[in-house]
Amino acid sequence: MSFYEERQRYNHFDFESYFEQITDADIEKIIGKSRLTEWDYLALLSPRAEKYLEEMAQKAHRLTVQHFGRVILLYTPLYLANYCINRCVYCGFQVLNNIERKKLNLTELAREAEIIAATGLKHILILTGESRRESPVSYLRACVDVLRKYFTSISIEVYPLQEEEYAELISAGVDGLTIYQEVYDEEVYAQLHPAGPKRNYRFRLEAPERACRAGMRAVNVGALLGLNSWRTEAFFTGLHANYLQNTFPEIEVSISPPRLRPSPGGFQPRVEVSDKNLVQYILAFRLFMPRGGITISTRERAELRDHLVRLGVTKMSAGSCTAVGGRSGHDSTGQFEISDERNVPEIARMIYAQGYQPVYKDWQVL
Amino acid sequence: MQDVLTIGGRELTSRLFLGTGKFAANKLIPEVVKAAGVQVVTVALRRVDPEYEEENIAAYVPRDCILMPNTSGARNAQEAVRIARLARAAGCGNWVKIEVITDNRYLLPDNYETIKATEILAAEGFVVLPYMSPDLMVAKKLVEAGAAAVMPLGAPIGSNRGLKTKELVRILIEEIPLPVIVDAGLGRPSEAAEAMEMGAAAVLVNTAIATARDPIAMARAFGLAVEAGRQAYLAGLGETTVYARASSPLTGFLRD
Ligand code: SF4
Repeated sequence: MSFYEERQRYNHFDFESYFEQITDADIEKIIGKSRLTEWDYLALLSPRAEKYLEEMAQKAHRLTVQHFGRVILLYTPLYLANYCINRCVYCGFQVLNNIERKKLNLTELAREAEIIAATGLKHILILTGESRRESPVSYLRACVDVLRKYFTSISIEVYPLQEEEYAELISAGVDGLTIYQEVYDEEVYAQLHPAGPKRNYRFRLEAPERACRAGMRAVNVGALLGLNSWRTEAFFTGLHANYLQNTFPEIEVSISPPRLRPSPGGFQPRVEVSDKNLVQYILAFRLFMPRGGITISTRERAELRDHLVRLGVTKMSAGSCTAVGGRSGHDSTGQFEISDERNVPEIARMIYAQGYQPVYKDWQVL
Repeated sequence: MQDVLTIGGRELTSRLFLGTGKFAANKLIPEVVKAAGVQVVTVALRRVDPEYEEENIAAYVPRDCILMPNTSGARNAQEAVRIARLARAAGCGNWVKIEVITDNRYLLPDNYETIKATEILAAEGFVVLPYMSPDLMVAKKLVEAGAAAVMPLGAPIGSNRGLKTKELVRILIEEIPLPVIVDAGLGRPSEAAEAMEMGAAAVLVNTAIATARDPIAMARAFGLAVEAGRQAYLAGLGETTVYARASSPLTGFLRD
C-alpha cells in the first residue's frame, strides 16, 4: 500500500474532537511510554500537550543524545537554477513572478562548489525549480559529476522524478532526497498549486517511495508550515516518515519543519506557527521516532536555532544562500529570505558552545 | 605473567575498546583514551575526512592506539567491503569492524550479510571483527569465515540497557575459539565488569562514555570496571550452588 492510500484513511477523521478528548493523564502516560503509536503522536501535537513541553523536552533531549550523541551534521543548500513552470502561490520562483532567471553552467557551479568546500562542508543539497526543459535530469546528472569532486554526500531537492530517473541520479552519486509535500491536505494543496505539473498531489506524495525503491540512502520529508493547520500537517509528516521507515527499514529517514519565510510575491502565511508550536512539533516527533533525523534550516533565526540544538535537531544548514550563483557574487533574487545569516565557522562555534560537535562529513558515496 | 589479549598478531593489555561516534568534541577523544588506558579505538569511515584535518575524527586517535575503522552506514556485504577497502586505502590500517545494518529503527546487525563481508575481507588480509547478534551458528560461521574475534551486542546500540543477551553471549564464550568482545548496549561500568567476569575478552563502549556528564571520569570508571571484571574472571569466580556448602563438610571423615 502506498502512502497515498495510507493517507486516505484519515480523510474523514475529526481531528478537533480527538484533540478535545485528550486529557492530562493521557499526555503524562504517553510521555512515559517507550514506544508511541500514531495516536500517541497526535496527542502530543494537541493543544492539551502544550503545558507538558518541558517534560517532552527533557525526554526528547535524552533520546536524541542516546541515539545520535552530541553531534549536529552540517550541510548547505546550493541553488542550481530558478527556472520554474509552477505557480505555487507561496514561492518566489513561481513562473508569474518577474524575477531574473538564472541557471549555473558547469564552470560557475565548480566555482560555487569550491567556495563551499573551502569551509570544510562535505554534505551538499542541490536545488532547482521545476523545469524539465531548463533543468532536465541530464543537467542534474552533469552537475552531480562536478560536485562529486568536492563533496562526499550529495542530496537533491528538485521536482519529483520517476523511479528510473532517481536510479540514474543515484548511480551518478546522489545519496539523499529532500522533498516537501508542502501541504498534506489534498484540497488545500489544490488551492495553493493553481497550475503546473506540481498540481499532481499523488505523484509528489509518492516520490520518496520511488526514490527508496531506486535505492536512495536517505530521505527527508516535510510540510511547509504556515499553509494549513500545523498540528495536522505535523501529524501527516510524522506518519509519512514512519511509513517510509517501516516500508524501507534500511533508509535514513528525517523530517524538516520549515516555516514560511518572506519571499518575492509577498504571500502571507495562512496560519501562524509560533516558536512554541515549532518546538512542540519537534519534541512530539522525537518521542514518536527516536531515531528519526530532524533538520533545521537557516529559515529560522539564529537565537532560536541555538536553542533547538538541544531539543532533538540532528542536522542544520549553515552558510546558506537561496539565490542562484549567490556565493560567487552573482546577484539574483533568492527563493525566500534566510534568517540565520551566520557563516560556517560561526555556526560551528555556536554548536560547540552548546556542548555539541558540528560534523562536516557523515557519509561518502561508495 | 602479564595477561594479554592477542588479536591479529597485536598484543593488547587493555580490554576496553572505545567507540567515537557520539562525543561532543573530537578533542575529548585523546583525553578519554588516556583516562581509561584504551588501546583500540573504532572510528566510522563515514566520519573520516582526510582533507579537513581540523575536524577529521581519525586525527584525534593517538598514534599508539590501534585505529579500527568501522563500516557504519553499510547496508549489505558489498558496501561493507567497499568501505573497508576505502579505509585501508586511506591509511587506516587493516583492522576493520564490520557493521552491516539494514534496520534503522533498532540498528540491529544483519548477521547474514556480516558473514559474507567477513569472508571476503578476511581473505584479503584484513583483521576482521564483526559486530553481530549473538547466535552460536552465526558465530561458528564467522570463525570459518576467518574473523579475528566476534563482537556480539549486549543490547541495541546506544540503548544503555546492559547485558540483555547474557545467556547467548555466555554460550559464545564457551563455544567459540575466538575472543568474544561485547559490543553495544553496555550502559554502566558494572555491566562491563559483569561481561568481563563471564569471560568476555573485551568490551566496546561508546554511548555510555561519550554522553556521560563527565566523559573522562566515566572512561576511567569503565577502565577500572573492565580490569576488575577481568581479574575476577582470572581469579576463578566461586561456583553458585543451590545448597549451602559448609566450609567444614560433615562427610569429610569418609575415606575411599
Ligand atoms: S515551490 Fe518549487 S515548484 Fe513551486 S514555484 Fe517554487 S520553485 Fe517552483
